[in-house]
Amino acid sequence: MAASQVSNVALGVDDGTRFVVGTVDDIPPGSRKVILVNGREIGVFNVNGEYFAVLNRCPHQGGPLCSGRQTGFLVAPLPGEYQLSRPGEVIRCPWHGWEFDLRTGQSWCEPSKVRVRRYDVSVESGETLVAAVPGEDGPTEAETDPLAPPGLVKGPYKAETFPVSIEQQYIVVDVGGRRPS
Amino acid sequence: MLGRWSYSGTNYPKESPNAARVDSWPPAGGPPGSNLPFLREQLLDEWGIDIAINNPLFHSAVQRHPHYTAALARAINEWQIGEWTDPEPRIKASICVPQEEGDLAAAEIDRLGDDPNFVQILLVIRGAEPLGRRRYWPIYEAAVRHNLPIGIHFGGQGGNPLTGTGWPSYYIEDHTGMAQSFQGQLTSLIFEGVFEQFPTLRVCLIEGGFAWLPTLMWRMDAAYKRLHEEVPHLKKLPSEYIRDHIWLSTQPMEEPFKPHQFTQLLRHGTLADRLIFATDYPHWDFDAPDQALPKTKLPEEFEQKLFFQNALDFYGERLLPRVRG
Ligand code: FES
Repeated sequence: MAASQVSNVALGVDDGTRFVVGTVDDIPPGSRKVILVNGREIGVFNVNGEYFAVLNRCPHQGGPLCSGRQTGFLVAPLPGEYQLSRPGEVIRCPWHGWEFDLRTGQSWCEPSKVRVRRYDVSVESGETLVAAVPGEDGPTEAETDPLAPPGLVKGPYKAETFPVSIEQQYIVVDVGGRRPS
Repeated sequence: MLGRWSYSGTNYPKESPNAARVDSWPPAGGPPGSNLPFLREQLLDEWGIDIAINNPLFHSAVQRHPHYTAALARAINEWQIGEWTDPEPRIKASICVPQEEGDLAAAEIDRLGDDPNFVQILLVIRGAEPLGRRRYWPIYEAAVRHNLPIGIHFGGQGGNPLTGTGWPSYYIEDHTGMAQSFQGQLTSLIFEGVFEQFPTLRVCLIEGGFAWLPTLMWRMDAAYKRLHEEVPHLKKLPSEYIRDHIWLSTQPMEEPFKPHQFTQLLRHGTLADRLIFATDYPHWDFDAPDQALPKTKLPEEFEQKLFFQNALDFYGERLLPRVRG
């Protein structure tokens, strides 16, 4: 997997800390999507219908964590006897294989020092989501448009458009929370 | 494994086939490190690397059949010119040689020794015998003839167990234990008199760690004081040969429990002037140039030496990009 497969820019909603990363159909169970959320690359994972989101930057040496392999914890009651626990809930960094718990961001390599930033994820109905108004500190205009390619500035012209009601289920990442200590 | 032809090397560690970074497999196909555009993007451009040195570890060094191992080495060298150094001036090549066949190795060095695409002769650390032995001297003679340094890289099989106590069970033992091979080879090069015979020879130990060097120097000098009669061909203290002839690469970076101990280590012996930064790309234990050093105050100018000057001292002017056309 290439280092940077960032699929798109997330659309800001409500207060500017919550961002729509796609519909539930975009990230079916067992898959993931790395998306630019408010300037940060975040990977959103669907593990058997549960959603987890972590920063796409490994706290070890900065590797693109979310392009690593998904696995579980390997436990061995005896040398040579292996069992996998919590399959799919562990992400292994593609560079050096450090493992992080997708649920908590916790590293089990140097647990007292290292964890990856995790974010709350929820699924909400399109009807409840309101696009954020770009403001001083809020996301830029380009960031609020899910179709805008990164780095492009909007032109002055706009075609006439019509409101369409949205009722699908959307996955929302909340980047406003404090970093867990 | 003797006689194998495959590039695939080891499949360990688990989940990192080819011992490669999971993200280093080129999207266009082929094994890690086989695709120039992808390597440019993922390595050279990503970190603004001006000069990178290829160390192809295709087992050309340790095949049993003398002419096959020579042909394989020659083919890899031609491939390096055609696929890497010709299209990309930031990449320099290492001359692969049939390591166990001193005369054939010397012939390959003579064939390419004056080609400015090549900056060193590549040996692997685990061959059939200790590298100080005379069967290898034609390689050193040819190196000196062309003023090419020797890089000795992690790897090789050679038929002997990794440790002096036998074959280990786990990859982690191999990975940790390789430093023993480096110490053994360095001891052999010194005491068998290679540097006395070839006073201009320069050697870089690649991917063998470096923190062990000061204590090995102490131990060798102490032993030499009592046992020097056994090696009357030596004219200097072992540590002096090391100071004059030996360079080392960083990867794997030594990571002391307390970062400031790294600085103490550099102050011992010659390390600050002899370490050359290495990434080990595309292997799984890759070091990112901006992240690999311990977070501590390093001696002044150390980074400039580590990322440039020490390599220039070792490789010489050949390292600098050629003006083409
Ligand atoms: S950068 Fe992620 S494990 Fe090293």
